[in-house]
Formats: sequence, C-alpha cells, structure tokens
Amino acid sequence: MTIEPSESATDGVPVSADPVGADFDAPAQTPASPRKGMFGISGTGDVSGFGGLVRRHPEVVGTPKPYGGYFDEVADALEEAYPGFADAIEKVVVDRGELTLHIKPERIAEVAQTMRDDESLRFELCSSVSGVDYLNSDARRLHVTYQLTSMTYRRRVRLEVAIPVGGTVPSVTSIYPTADWQERETYDMFGVVFTGHPNLTRVLMPDDWEGHPQRKDYPLGGVPVEYKGAEIPPPDQRRVYQ
Amino acid sequence: MTQSGYASERETTEGRVFTVTGGDWDTLTGSVDPLSNEKIVVNMGPQHPSTHGVLRLVLELEGETVQEVRPVVGYLHTGIEKNLEYRNWTQGTTFVTRADYLAPLFNEAGYCLAVEKLLGITDQITERANTIRVLFMELNRISSHLVWLATTGMELGAISMMLYGFREREYILDIFEETTGLRMNHAYFRPGGVAQDVPESAIKKIRDFLVYLPKKLKEYEDMLTGQVIWQERTKGVAVLDVTGCLSLGITGPVLRSAGLAWDLRKTMPYCGYENYEFDVPTATTADVWGRYQVRLAEIRESLKIVEQALDRLRPGPIFVADKKIAWPAQLAVGLDGMGNSLEHVAKIMGQSMESLIHHFKLVTEGFRVPPGQVYVAIEHPRGELGVHAVSDGGTHPYRVHLRDPSFVNLQAIPAMAEGALLADVIAGGASLDPVMGGCDR
Repeated sequence: MTIEPSESATDGVPVSADPVGADFDAPAQTPASPRKGMFGISGTGDVSGFGGLVRRHPEVVGTPKPYGGYFDEVADALEEAYPGFADAIEKVVVDRGELTLHIKPERIAEVAQTMRDDESLRFELCSSVSGVDYLNSDARRLHVTYQLTSMTYRRRVRLEVAIPVGGTVPSVTSIYPTADWQERETYDMFGVVFTGHPNLTRVLMPDDWEGHPQRKDYPLGGVPVEYKGAEIPPPDQRRVYQ
Repeated sequence: MTQSGYASERETTEGRVFTVTGGDWDTLTGSVDPLSNEKIVVNMGPQHPSTHGVLRLVLELEGETVQEVRPVVGYLHTGIEKNLEYRNWTQGTTFVTRADYLAPLFNEAGYCLAVEKLLGITDQITERANTIRVLFMELNRISSHLVWLATTGMELGAISMMLYGFREREYILDIFEETTGLRMNHAYFRPGGVAQDVPESAIKKIRDFLVYLPKKLKEYEDMLTGQVIWQERTKGVAVLDVTGCLSLGITGPVLRSAGLAWDLRKTMPYCGYENYEFDVPTATTADVWGRYQVRLAEIRESLKIVEQALDRLRPGPIFVADKKIAWPAQLAVGLDGMGNSLEHVAKIMGQSMESLIHHFKLVTEGFRVPPGQVYVAIEHPRGELGVHAVSDGGTHPYRVHLRDPSFVNLQAIPAMAEGALLADVIAGGASLDPVMGGCDR
C-alpha cells in the first residue's frame, strides 16, 4: 500500500508522505539491545550520569513445586489426563498469583483439548488470546498467550507458546470457536500463523496492509507539523525515559 | 400426477382431471417466483445507523432470509494498545478510556487493576478509593445500559425510547463531569487510586438520581414491555443458548439471558464487590427479549449497589500511601477544567525544592513496574473485559492487550442471524450491544 505524495505547488507546506510501515519486512532500524542509558539517546548530550546504565531483560525462570493454591491441582490433573505432559510442558511459572504453563507450540491444541474436556480441569471458556513480541529477549520472540477460565471451579490459567518469526502454531478454533477472531487479531498484529484456522485473514488492519504493527521492530511514524518544516520524530526516537 | 402453477392434474381414462384447491401459496410462489433462487449480497454498513458505529455486515440474502453473514470490523482501529507502549503507566489510562467510549470507567478500572497487580499493591488500595471506583463503575453501567436501551429502541422503531434513554444518561454524565471534569474519557481512575475526591455536590446529585431513575424505569417498562410490536420484534429472536455462548466466548448480559448466572462481580470479585448486596439477574429465553429484561434488571441492581456504596463512603485517602507511586498533588477542578491545587503549587514553588523534584520525576518519568505479566478481568456492561499487561521492568507498559467484550461478542452475529429474517439481524446485533470503539481499539 503506497500513496503517492501529492504534488504541492506551494513551498514550505508539508505534503503527505508515504504511510510509515508501507514497505515492511525489512525494518528500518532495530532498537539496540540491550537498552542503554536512560533517555534513549546515544553520542552526545547526556550529562545525566545515567548513560552507562544497561538494562537487560530478565530471564523467565520456572517455579519449583509445590505451586500453591489450586495450581498444584491443575498441574497434577493435566499430568494425569494428558499423556504427553512431560514432553509438552516446557515450564511452569507461578507469578503474582497466576499460573502460566509454557507449552511447546505444536502441542497447544492437544493441551487445550484436555484442559477443556477433562472433568477435573473443565476450562470451558477461552477468555482471551493475544500475542506479545519479546524482541531481543527471547530467540523465539513471538509469544501467544491463552487465558483459560474454568467456570465450574472458578479458576484461571494461562497457556503460553513461543515461536520464532516464521513459525506456526496449531489453531485452537476447533476447541474454542471464540479463538477465531482473536487468533486473526494475533496474526494481524504479530504475524503469528495459526495452522488449521478456517479463515486466517486480517481483522483490524485493512486487508491490503503490509507488516504487523504490534511487533516491536515495526517502524513508527512521525508527525509532519506545519511549523518551519519541523517534524515531530517517531515516539521511539524521542528523548524519553526508558 | 403432475403439478402446474394453479392445480394438480392427473391423467385418467376419462381424460385429464384437475384438482383445484385454494390458497396454496407455497405451491404457487414456488413455481412462479423466478427470484426465489436468486441470492443477493447486501452490504450493511459501515455507515448504517443501525450498526452501532462503524460495523459492516456482508449479508447474503435469499428473499428476506439471511443465508450468510460476515461481520467486518476494524474501521475504528486507533492503535490504542500500541500507543500505550510509548507512554508511562499512568498516562495509559488516558488511552484505554477511549477504547469503549460508552463504558470508559471500566476500561480504566481494568487497566488500573492490572497495573496494581503488577506492582503488587492491590491490597494497599484504600477503602475510599475502592468504594469510589465501585460507585462510578455502577453509575457507568447504568449509563451504558441506558444507551443500549435508547439505541435498541430506535433500531426497533421506538424512537421515543431513544430520546428518553439519552436524556437520563445526561444526568449521569453531569455527575461524572462534576467529579472528573469530563463527561467522557475521564482518565479518572489511576494506578493506585482515583485522580481526585468526589465533591459533596456530586454526592447530592447521585442521591437525587437514585430517586429519579426508578420512576423513569417504570415508564420505560410501561412503554415497551407490554407493547405488541416490541414483543414481536424481540421474543424468540436471535436465540443463542448457553452452549453457543460459551463456545463463542460470549459473556455478560447475553450469557445471563441464556440462564447462566456468570457475573465476575460475584464469581471472581474485585474492588470489594463481595461486600455488596445485589443479585445477578438472569432470563431463560436466550433471546433479545431476555437480554432486554436482564439489562433492565441490572440497572436496578446497579442502583442498589450505588446506594450501598454511598453509605459506605467514609472520609479517607483516595490514593495509596506509597509516595513513589502516588501523584504528589491533589488535583482540583478549576474554572478551566482540571488542574493542580493552588496550595500544592505554592508549596513546591515556595518552600520545598525536594517536593518539586519529586513531582517532576514522577510526572515526567513515572514509576517503574517490576517485570512480569498479569491478566485481570472485570465485569463490563457487555461482558468480560480482560486486561493482559506485560512489564519489562520499565516506566512504560511493554504490552497491554484489552480483551474487549464487544470484539468477542460480535462473533455471535452469524450464529444468531443465519436462517432468520433480515430485520432480525438488526435486533440480534443490537442485543449484543457492540461498541466499535472497544471492538476495534
């Protein structure tokens, strides 16, 4: 999708530029990793003394048993009901009173099926499916999270899968039809391909849009303002606290 | 025996015999109507008054019967989730409040609860802040349901209902304006509490409203409930049972109209909802009529909660005590809208340099949130509003996803409308109460 800049006869008046993100796939610039300093600038100008700070993304570590609360019950019930448990579960994380099961991507549909159908699990409702892009902190940077709700037991569990760019995840639409649009949104925004989805098309962005806007390396647009040819830089290039 | 357009005929030894029967319209139209097998594709929207904003429905019609519906959304996508990633955590409320513009305080509440859970300060939220949140969320629920009643009334031909619904909503918007400074998009709830206290004048207005609205509700019921047209347009229309709701992820009044009393305020309480007396209204008809009755009953239940919240409102702080999170200045509503209180400005400019530095750092930099992710869900007027918030330890959200009930619920339109009449698409779609600002974000 490209829009030709209009031919403007008057000098000094900003003309419309190509929409940012028009030609994707080769990002304009990738944020340096790990982040340095405090204000997102390099070279000169930082007299704050914070320029030497280096911030790293912390590694997510698994939680040892017992997990506490109903988490042990859920994990044990899943282990009992799903034969491939040891192989499919990469990590179990308990944080802030929430249970996250990190699943191998190719097993997610099987696990979801067990989570829904097993009597002692009964996660009838798939509340939400969404993506997160862990650029620079995980080699398999695209994560998909599934928030499952058990109305019978009033419990919540999060399933999480991680894939590299170009990887695929089996769709859970046959188990939870509600995932239909939510998987489409995750595809639209992150470019995660769900195999077996009946109609994996864009849902929020226009059909002919290129690129996946919620990815962290998606180039952002600046705002051409009508003041002495000045332009507001894109938000990630402004001098801000990081 | 063969069939012509008008009478069945049969060859006998005496010759051809016609059997004429009267009024057999099915036979007649079936044989003569050349249009009956012709499918028409109709684009409803995105600028159709009955589509609640910019929703587009691609309908495949056979006569007046809907064969296939394909909802197309995204016309109101404004990138709220992406924008959040370039603002600090407190500024986030300014963005999320604009998602579902008929229930702005719910977006703020969901977001703030998620940030507070990430910070680990859920227990430190003061009693008064929680009560104010409940109070305003319930008022907002009433105003949202009133708009539903108004727009649905208009779409089904009850224009006066539209006028009444919007008229009563104005009272609530006045209360919001009195307290937050704005009628919509308040940014009133902040991570850690609420932006400012409720003035006495607003409390008085709420008390008046508690007396005023029940009378009006009675009027709506007198006008609609017994009316034949209203019943014909809603009863048995757009049926979706519990199984359908759960598999499609439909929550809120639509699920409750099918008979399942699932309300997060009861089943997974937050903001102290477990301390309030209220019922979860349900219906068993699973149709538009049931949803109408559930929403009317919910307005009454919300009034009960508002009354209890007013009684529970005790003087006290409205923000967490932690000065690393709490906004340093009390905001005050000035003549020109919201602003810092003059006393605070006098203090930081005249006496305390440290206060000024602290204020400056908190406003420009914001606070840091320990890394991790949470999912918080609250009962929105349209169902479960989920906020999935991820922090990488910085002053900005790393990722915030709003699981908006309008977005998920709209998936039910094909299940409700296919095989029914075109007019029922309007009734069924309206009964989901979709708000496209929330759906498209």
